[in-house]
Amino acid sequence: MSLEDPLRREDCDVLVIGGGNAALCAAMTAAEAGARVILLESAPRSFRGGNSRHTRNLRFLHRKPTPYLKDAYLEEEFWDDLMLVTGGKTTEALARLVIRESEDLGEWMEAHGAMFQPPLRGTLHLARTNAHFLGGGKALVNAYYATAARLGVEIRYEAEAVDLEVENGRFRFARVRERGAERLVSAAACVCAAGGFQADLAWLKEIWGEAADRFVIRGSPFDTGRVLRTLLTRGAKAVGDPRQCHAVAVDARAPRFDGGIVTRLDCVPFGIVVNREGKRFYDEGENFWPKRYAIWGRLVAGQPGQEAFCLIDAKALPLFMPSVFPPVTGRTIGELAANLGLPVGAVEETVAAFNRAVRPGRFDPARLDDCATEGIAPPKSHWAQPLDCPPFYGYPLRPGITFTYLGVAVDERARVLREDGRPCENLFVAGEIMSGNILGQGYMAGFGMTIGTVFGRIAGREAARHVRG
Amino acid sequence: MSADELLREAERVMTICNACRYCEGFCAVFPAMELRRTFAAEELRYLANLCHNCRGCWYACQYAPPHEFAVNVPRALAALRRTTWQEFARPKRFSGLFRRNGLAVLAAGLAAAAVFLLWGALSAESGLWAARSGAGAFYRVIPYGAMLGVFSALALGALAALAAGLFSFLRQTGTKASEFFAPGHQLRALKDVLRLTYLEGGGHGCNYPDERFRHGRRRLHHLVFYGFLAAFASTTAAAFYDHVLGLPAPYPWLSLPVLLGLGGGLAMTAGLCGLMVLKARMDHEPADEEGRGMELAFLGLLLAVNGTGLLLLFLRETAAMGVLLALHLAAVAAFFALLPYGKFVHALYRWAALVKNASEQSKAG
Repeated sequence: MSLEDPLRREDCDVLVIGGGNAALCAAMTAAEAGARVILLESAPRSFRGGNSRHTRNLRFLHRKPTPYLKDAYLEEEFWDDLMLVTGGKTTEALARLVIRESEDLGEWMEAHGAMFQPPLRGTLHLARTNAHFLGGGKALVNAYYATAARLGVEIRYEAEAVDLEVENGRFRFARVRERGAERLVSAAACVCAAGGFQADLAWLKEIWGEAADRFVIRGSPFDTGRVLRTLLTRGAKAVGDPRQCHAVAVDARAPRFDGGIVTRLDCVPFGIVVNREGKRFYDEGENFWPKRYAIWGRLVAGQPGQEAFCLIDAKALPLFMPSVFPPVTGRTIGELAANLGLPVGAVEETVAAFNRAVRPGRFDPARLDDCATEGIAPPKSHWAQPLDCPPFYGYPLRPGITFTYLGVAVDERARVLREDGRPCENLFVAGEIMSGNILGQGYMAGFGMTIGTVFGRIAGREAARHVRG
Repeated sequence: MSADELLREAERVMTICNACRYCEGFCAVFPAMELRRTFAAEELRYLANLCHNCRGCWYACQYAPPHEFAVNVPRALAALRRTTWQEFARPKRFSGLFRRNGLAVLAAGLAAAAVFLLWGALSAESGLWAARSGAGAFYRVIPYGAMLGVFSALALGALAALAAGLFSFLRQTGTKASEFFAPGHQLRALKDVLRLTYLEGGGHGCNYPDERFRHGRRRLHHLVFYGFLAAFASTTAAAFYDHVLGLPAPYPWLSLPVLLGLGGGLAMTAGLCGLMVLKARMDHEPADEEGRGMELAFLGLLLAVNGTGLLLLFLRETAAMGVLLALHLAAVAAFFALLPYGKFVHALYRWAALVKNASEQSKAG
């Protein structure tokens, strides 16, 4: 029987490509609307969930407190926060849609198996805006997979969509590689929620050249962007800067992929950062770390060899969250430099110049204090204290990519927009693959999950509606 | 793995966890971990005993194998916990009983059964297999003085060994006696013990026997725990009847010792059977497989104590009474003899760890 056969029954009503938060929200919503759903997760079961498995919380609009969220978080404040991080690079209609549709999202999530906890130490600054998943993103993903299975969604692991057949803006079938064999899966509608392309090293190299060889990919190795690229070559309109990614400074000893949260380093504001030549290159104390950590990936990427080294002394060690790799140590600055493989003389000179430039002040990590340098470039504007308390510690840094911004343009019904601006009738997207519509630059903690959940639900609903009429 | 290797593995895992902290809502281990930056042996021994093995952190872990970090907190802590019990055990020469605990329990049980059966056969007036009734019927099988002597000695010995074990816990976890015996900390720990707060998984239950959150294990444990307390109360009441009121056993059905004993025995039996069923169904990946023999031996021995006790109660008017009494006493004797050298000590050290936890969390604010 050929695919042209008009009597041929589709393999399913809704095909969901991807296995993270957005894909699961789409699959559950479509199944609840009565659609027969197949979900393709390219990863094996133990690594299912894409980057969602590394997430921890989600931001949503709420008018009153919940057991796990303080006070209220309303549309205008939410919108202002988004403006602040994106610098206005957003699509207002879509952004406001996400914000409004996020209202009381926690209740919907709990009804689908999610569990929350009140934030404890460490994340209290998010206690009002972000609801924390009990056990983190993998626990959330586990709960969603269980719910999806109960709703009758057919889940296929290690099943990668390698190509899509789209004719005149109409999805027909996907070419799926599953355990070595290739087959076609047809569906009346398709939701693509397969993430960005940050794990495709060749693609990264196309953009950043050899430097990309030294990048660490913080998330899933399965987020290769294959579906994103297919959509773009099949006539979808691109959105977001193809050359930009969200990158932070991570420990250079991190695994190439999937190191997640534990490789981040929060020591920068409490020490100095030098490059492999032993020279400082940016104001380490410019602002609070949660407001600055996301620029350090790019800063480090701009240094020779895409590496840098954060140096602190003994009094700074207790001030930041411990990280997974122990610091390199030295009884003197020179010994530390040698142990880090840095030019000893240059580092000693940099530290001595820095120490001389520190002006007295009242050190206070909880506020933008008045401990600053004077007369050196770059300056250190806050929390500047001389490195004079041995032993000395050093952490090697590399750029760690969290996600890429390039995506597929959508309308308010999550339909893929074609290059001419017309929507595809049965092809939908959700999650990181389209978040560039809303997050043109920057990042706001827990907002990627908000976009994924809201657009996942819209895509699932619209796909089911398309099938069921 | 050797004790040193287990310590190193626990240290490795806790260092990764402390940089992640996603699991802090599950139990007390993670908030306790967050008070530290490094993990010396004494802190790891404490954390291992604070872990209730609820397994929430196993299913939620983004670094669980096959991830290259291969984080398996429940297994690492359970294996370390097992070796700490051996280290805490006093007198030290008995600590080897932890190593092949299943075998030790079986041998002790069989030996005790042989001794009591033989003893009963020799001392009972008309042989073991004969119906007896009326006050003091039990003592006509095993004489009063001997029974009192043997069980007092076993109970006192067990108590002394447990107390010595507690002090080695305090010493080897760097816990000051003053913080441990503070009434406020004891009270908070008592609440955690009586509720099994840390099998509640933040309100959803624990992931046992598999990935789903369920309250089954906590409820079954409550049956065993409160059943044990009821049985203990029954024994105490019987001792009071016998030694103070001068009323020797057996007691009528509607008496305090029988009602408490029956209720407790049935609750414990139901709880133990349930726990065994869960254990048979549980996921093995987060389990400490080497500790399995000890766990089964403990459940089995408690079940033997209960089963023989209940049978004795139901059949005490029949000719089987003598044999059942001998077997029940044998099971109880084996239970007391191995009390400080088997899974029972989890209760002692968990309580001690919860007190330490109450102390340091109240300090941290």
